[in-house]
Amino acid sequence: MSRIIAAAAIKGAHKEVAEAERMLAETKEAVGATAKVEFPNTGYYLPIIYALTGIPVQKLEDMDKVLEYAKDLLPPVPKQRHWVPYLGHALDAGVATLFAGEIIEGCKYATNPPVDDLWLGAADDVIMRERGVEFVDGTAPGFCALVGRASTPEMADRIVVELLEKNLYVWISGHVDGVSIAEQLQQVDRQLGWDTRIVPYGKEMSSAVYSLGFAARAAMSFGGAQPGDFKKVLRYNKNRIFAFVLALDYVDEQKYAYAAGAINYGFPTIANTPIPDILPTGVCTYEHVVGGVPEEEIVQKCVEVRGLKIQITEIPIPMAYGPAFEGEVIRKDDMYVQFGGNITPAFEYVRMREMDEVTDGKIEVVGPEIDDVEEGGALPLGIVVEVAGRKMQEDFESILERQIHHLINGAEGIWHMGQRDIVWTRISKKAQAKGFKIRHYGEIIHAKLLNDFPSIVDKVQVTIYTNLEDVEKWLAIARQAYRYRDEKTAGMTDESVDTFYSCTLCQSFAPTHVCIISPERLGLCGAYNWLDGKAAYEIDPTGPNQPVKKGDVEDPVKGVWPSINEFVKEKSGGNTQRVTMYSMMEDPMTSCGCFECIVAFLPMCNGVMIVNREHKGMTPCGMTFSTLANSVGGGQQTPGFIGIGKVYITSKKFISADGGFQRIVWMPKELKETLKEQLQKRCEEIGDPDFINKIADEDVGTTEEEILPWLEQVGHPALTMEPMLM
Amino acid sequence: MAEFEELSACEATLEMLRKAKEEGQETAFDRVEQQKGCAFGEAGSCCRICNMGPCRINPKKPEESRGVCGATMDTIVARNFARMVCGGASAHSDHGRAVAETLILAAKGEAKDYEIKDRIKLLEVAADLGVEIGDREINDIALEVGERCLAMFGQQEGELAFAQRAPEPRKEIWRQLGVFPRGIDREVVELMHRTSIGVDQDYENILMACARTALADGWGGSMIGTELQDILFQTPVPLEAKINLGVLKEDEVNIIVHGHEPILSEMIVLAASLPEMQEKAKAVGAKGINLAGICCTANEVLTRHGIPVAGNVLQQELALLTGAVEAMVVDVQCVYQGIGQIASCLHTDIITTSPKAKMPYARHIEFHEDHALDIAKEIVSAAIENFPKRGKVRIPDVQESLIAGFNHEYINYMLGGRFRASYRPLNDGVIDGRIRGVVGVVGCNNPRVKHDDIHVRVVKELIANGCLVVMTGCAAQSVAKAGLMLPEVAREICPQGLWEICEAVGIPPVLHCGSCVDNSRILIACTAMVHEGGLGDDISELPVAGCAPEWMSEKAIAIGEYFVASGVYTVFGVKWPTMGSKNVTDFLFKKYGELFKNTWDFEPDPEKMVGKILSHIDSKREALGIMAKRERVLFDMAMRRELEI
Repeated sequence: MSRIIAAAAIKGAHKEVAEAERMLAETKEAVGATAKVEFPNTGYYLPIIYALTGIPVQKLEDMDKVLEYAKDLLPPVPKQRHWVPYLGHALDAGVATLFAGEIIEGCKYATNPPVDDLWLGAADDVIMRERGVEFVDGTAPGFCALVGRASTPEMADRIVVELLEKNLYVWISGHVDGVSIAEQLQQVDRQLGWDTRIVPYGKEMSSAVYSLGFAARAAMSFGGAQPGDFKKVLRYNKNRIFAFVLALDYVDEQKYAYAAGAINYGFPTIANTPIPDILPTGVCTYEHVVGGVPEEEIVQKCVEVRGLKIQITEIPIPMAYGPAFEGEVIRKDDMYVQFGGNITPAFEYVRMREMDEVTDGKIEVVGPEIDDVEEGGALPLGIVVEVAGRKMQEDFESILERQIHHLINGAEGIWHMGQRDIVWTRISKKAQAKGFKIRHYGEIIHAKLLNDFPSIVDKVQVTIYTNLEDVEKWLAIARQAYRYRDEKTAGMTDESVDTFYSCTLCQSFAPTHVCIISPERLGLCGAYNWLDGKAAYEIDPTGPNQPVKKGDVEDPVKGVWPSINEFVKEKSGGNTQRVTMYSMMEDPMTSCGCFECIVAFLPMCNGVMIVNREHKGMTPCGMTFSTLANSVGGGQQTPGFIGIGKVYITSKKFISADGGFQRIVWMPKELKETLKEQLQKRCEEIGDPDFINKIADEDVGTTEEEILPWLEQVGHPALTMEPMLM
Repeated sequence: MAEFEELSACEATLEMLRKAKEEGQETAFDRVEQQKGCAFGEAGSCCRICNMGPCRINPKKPEESRGVCGATMDTIVARNFARMVCGGASAHSDHGRAVAETLILAAKGEAKDYEIKDRIKLLEVAADLGVEIGDREINDIALEVGERCLAMFGQQEGELAFAQRAPEPRKEIWRQLGVFPRGIDREVVELMHRTSIGVDQDYENILMACARTALADGWGGSMIGTELQDILFQTPVPLEAKINLGVLKEDEVNIIVHGHEPILSEMIVLAASLPEMQEKAKAVGAKGINLAGICCTANEVLTRHGIPVAGNVLQQELALLTGAVEAMVVDVQCVYQGIGQIASCLHTDIITTSPKAKMPYARHIEFHEDHALDIAKEIVSAAIENFPKRGKVRIPDVQESLIAGFNHEYINYMLGGRFRASYRPLNDGVIDGRIRGVVGVVGCNNPRVKHDDIHVRVVKELIANGCLVVMTGCAAQSVAKAGLMLPEVAREICPQGLWEICEAVGIPPVLHCGSCVDNSRILIACTAMVHEGGLGDDISELPVAGCAPEWMSEKAIAIGEYFVASGVYTVFGVKWPTMGSKNVTDFLFKKYGELFKNTWDFEPDPEKMVGKILSHIDSKREALGIMAKRERVLFDMAMRRELEI
């Protein structure tokens, strides 16, 4: 009987709005009506309110009209008999609740931010973009808004692991009788945080607005929904972000009210308590509310109710497996055995073989197994993967090899970093206790390579060496291969190939954007270089990466090819007519929104600044990364601005038509530090080894006025170059 | 008179019929016995459109005789049918015209008692009509909307603007068949011309013109009436109210509004609520003023104000027989002349208000929009003055509650709230079989069949078979009196799937959608179902049907005709007016199916009527491929990417 739910949700909404009103008044009293209100580092204000109403709340007093709006949305509680329809009312009450929740959490940020050792509060835009992309590209199908309390901490852990195995984010809010799931997880030593995808937002139910606010931002950031275009924001969520609410234990009026808010997004609620069902479909893809599902079955039920198909490769290992486990850290105390990390030699090497030289599924450990090692010990490690396939090419060796990092990391209780001969990996005590063996590394690699690259990989054989002698012998062979590959790619230039590759993977959210990837300009997300494009095309010939023949060149300096223009024009639906590969001032390449860095023209300095996604502060162009990202993304050509991958900064083709590398006048310290080696190398190449020290950073200033005198003082070359703006 | 129990399914009606008998008062229930009906008239084969006749063709031997002019049975039957369409279309359209005129006066400030109450609806209608919105004053927009609507009556060529709202494939059918309506008056006048002596003598040609004229009603006159009434008086939202004669009050001044146009009744509602009027009532010893409605005026004030309904069209005389009615205020349509006779024996005043409609034994207080409230006060005062003259009062203690006030806008809202408003849950419900189909049950009462009984039986049977029912007019009141328009009955009478929908949304299984002019709301709702997707590209593909089990007015024929021409299978009960000509009947019942993709049908037996409707609905479900239980599709990333955002 959903009248019961509607009545409860509407009552809960009345209470929550009243609480928001009380809290707003109290907060105004404490810090003044004009006090600033903001969630940390976001361009989306209070995001649900901004997305659904277009109102940018910046000060406490801006909340007044939102509160009025919420009150206007509040319907009467359905009568006991002869009631009028309540579904529309309950949904409106849900939105009123979300507005109230954001007012409540906003007031907290205006006084005491709701963040401590356990609870994380609002996710900033950096996290939102980084993780939001996973919702867009399908890495994560959605999230589970997990509320309440599990029957036991162990059950909480079991449910969360099941969710993670399905690649879902787990976002935790609320509690029952003072006990929250986050606290239960702490009791069983489950690592919480963005790295493990288990995010404790807040103990109070109002913190659910962080989940739904994230979803609202994703719709604006990736879905191209304009603030206030509530229809698009919500439809985007219904059809792209497959999220749901999983409510454990007692569902009170307040929780019903927030659940009603979630239903507006198309996010259903599934509970283990016998709450009434709302089975007909329409607002959500399938059922709206399903109650009484035992905890043991609830994750499967959630997935089914939300209509989510999750393809999971069965990995024959005794631990859970999924990308969600990639962020897990294994501290030294929790470690059973480790390999590499300057403690022992370790490497990974993928090599292509002929079909008859590989026995598919053969996995061999040469040397000690895990049981031969004392707890806390270390072993040398050499993972040699031999791959054969009808369409396998030597160029793909490095691509497959790079996969090993996240393939291994996907196993629960296993930690991995680095690649080639700088790998470092640990097996936890927990994993060892569950029966995890070194040979399981091979099982993972075998299963995943076959599954993820079916068109180039037909056979995989893995040999794992754990004795020093063999490891050293094979390491020498591997190093030769690494060197050979490096030299081959170093020599690769845009001129040396006759084909570039396109990437339209992001057209699902930026429908007019087309990336053109060349050997010297990788994709702006940093994830796809030319070789990746080539391999991806082999793997899926009708996929988003297509070869683009260069043909005759129109302008070799700016990088204009008529055939590329033709391609871009067609794939952008006529939105982009011309594109230059090497200029940001004339017909620059568009951006989807996934760029690692943004390059922006600084007219006073006659140069450019580069800001990376992680940098939260102001920049000399007058905008933070977040604000810049909103105007640069979405497939629009914006002369003077481009989105790029980090590696492109030190490419010889970096805005080469506009003056190149020497135009860089500003970048954040952190970015400089990250790229230090490559930057230094590039400085030497251009014959100005000291150039790196002429690039200003946030310590010098965050406005053009502040950095210009400094640039003059250090004699930055851009100042004397010809004007960038013709 | 037949056995009382056979006359009506309504207890209050039976009680008053007994009283009428005791007192020797005559009602429609008696007169129907006297009027046995003429066989030629019933067959539609009596032609009296020129002075050479009347000519009658024997329905048993149609080939053997012709009219004086040589007109065949087919021609005569088609012409008579066509003139019913004209009559009905005229009634709705003249009503619509009056509303348009009122809107114009209100927008100009010349009818100070009226104002634009539903701005959102005004803007939506303006957008549909291509009226510029920008930052214009609301009254400017309203004026242009009113003028554009008024112009549709005199429009001579082109395509009627509101008809553009129909799904594209439907419009294409109209264009290809040459029946896309031009102007409202033009279609009526032309069809009247064509059916006069010696003009159109090809029955098929006449029946095609019927479709065109009826479409000018449904997508023209009626739609103008509904849309502009919503603008002036607010689009209804569901509310609880009471129905049946028991709503009359012994200790209050009872005023009944009866007829069709809310332009008058809205003002009576306002006048009756004024403190000065309440005081006046108290001064004559009444506790207050009790307003109630009969027929479609009742539906108008019910859905917008929750004013109780005293009864449907067959109860108009019976309401007076309670002796408790101080005044019955009437305007146009369905007002029985019999009420004057009864009122003449009582203290009751019949107050006619329209210059178009006067009658014997009535007091005429003419209504004018420019000082509407003053006139309404005069009418209310007249009623109050009658209160002390009351004689013996007997009000049946019979009333029921109902929820009323559904329409396209509210259906959209109730299924998703302000932020997710859509027809998706309705379409999903139909696709996954929770709702087998949607059936419009509309029309009048007719003493030739057991009052209310056929309506109630048809509706109960439809619900039991999983159909969601939408209702208008007096039919809606029949079913409300039987208690079916309450949300809690869903659990008792619906099969599981339909109950789940009712429970999820909080609706009764029968939705009261307003008066008979509001049947245009059902056209809009059908169109919205098509646009929502998953149920075909045209109205004719929807698993829906219409029926009028107890119809009597020409308006019902016009409504049925525009539904069929819009692609809705429509079944009428009681009697069918073209039975004299097999050709004409076949054209409507079969050939229309090829032309308009659905047909007329006739079936007086309620069970058989439901059977026909269900088999029609099932055939549509079959064609849509939704007979089987819907599979739960799970979406992977590639499939999610295909979903519209």
